[in-house]
Amino acid sequence: MGVEQKLGNMGVVTTTLESVVNWSRTNAMWPMLFGLACCAIEMMSAQAAHYDMSRFGMELMRASPRQSDLMIVAGRVSKKMGPVLRRLYDQMPEPKWVIAMGDCASCGGVFNNYAIYQGVDEVVPVDVFVAGCPPRPEALIHGVLTIYEKVKGEKFSDLAKG
Amino acid sequence: MDKKLEPIVKEVQVKFGATFEEFRDEVHLFVKPEQIVEALTLLRDEQNFELLSALTAVDYYPQSTPRFHVIYQLTSIAKNLSVQLRVPVNGDSPKVPTVTRVFGSANWRERELFDMFGIEVEGHPDPRRILMPDDSEGHPLRKDYPLGYEEPQFTFNFDEINLRKPYAKE
Repeated sequence: MGVEQKLGNMGVVTTTLESVVNWSRTNAMWPMLFGLACCAIEMMSAQAAHYDMSRFGMELMRASPRQSDLMIVAGRVSKKMGPVLRRLYDQMPEPKWVIAMGDCASCGGVFNNYAIYQGVDEVVPVDVFVAGCPPRPEALIHGVLTIYEKVKGEKFSDLAKG
Repeated sequence: MDKKLEPIVKEVQVKFGATFEEFRDEVHLFVKPEQIVEALTLLRDEQNFELLSALTAVDYYPQSTPRFHVIYQLTSIAKNLSVQLRVPVNGDSPKVPTVTRVFGSANWRERELFDMFGIEVEGHPDPRRILMPDDSEGHPLRKDYPLGYEEPQFTFNFDEINLRKPYAKE
């Protein structure tokens, strides 16, 4: 009769601190509203009733960067909007992640001209790119689940360095 | 052209020595840069062309000189007519007097003219760039401005473009 058989009856669960912290971060990750263009419509429909993102922990979208963990850049970012985007990213508290949603945020999309950033990773560091023009709500949810897997694999030693 | 437009065109031709062209019911009158403020005032006050519908420019480089044609499109709502005045401007230091005292909506449109074509507007109350960021160089809608921004990345040139791309720091 080892410790394991007794533990369940006593109502105790053992785990590592890292996995608890990562689990709690993924289960309540609130995105920041950054819908710029057409991809915003798909982001809204992913949040709405049919393809519900609240099932995955994204209960509501906060408009304020101070109260959000995840920034979903949905849409094309023009050269004039770049400093604004960077400022909002800097105002988000750690830990923070960025999803570049759609083709325009990932690589400039169809717009290869003087006014649009060719990929939003020229402005903010991006964790997950979701392709599509616009990506279907299921594709965005898949991107969100990919971020969750990335977060679950994070270790404290990596974060302490940066 | 419209019957009601003919005496107006004749008047502008006589007063300012303007030539005119017609293209599919559009009337283009060519005036000189110094005369434009007077011509617009005349059309606005006496002939009831209250609305400045458009203020843009066309770049004819390298086909013809003068390089830029600044276009003022005037519409009369009362008479249901519209006429276009074109001002040919040279390419080396293009200048045009401001028409903001005649039409208030010309303010932002002349800023766009400067930003996109580099045509300086003399006497403008707020001469700064409107669409591009303030520190950008070049004027995008000129014909010698490069068309695309970045080379498309294929597999064979992916690495060299990757090294040059300005990625964001944390």
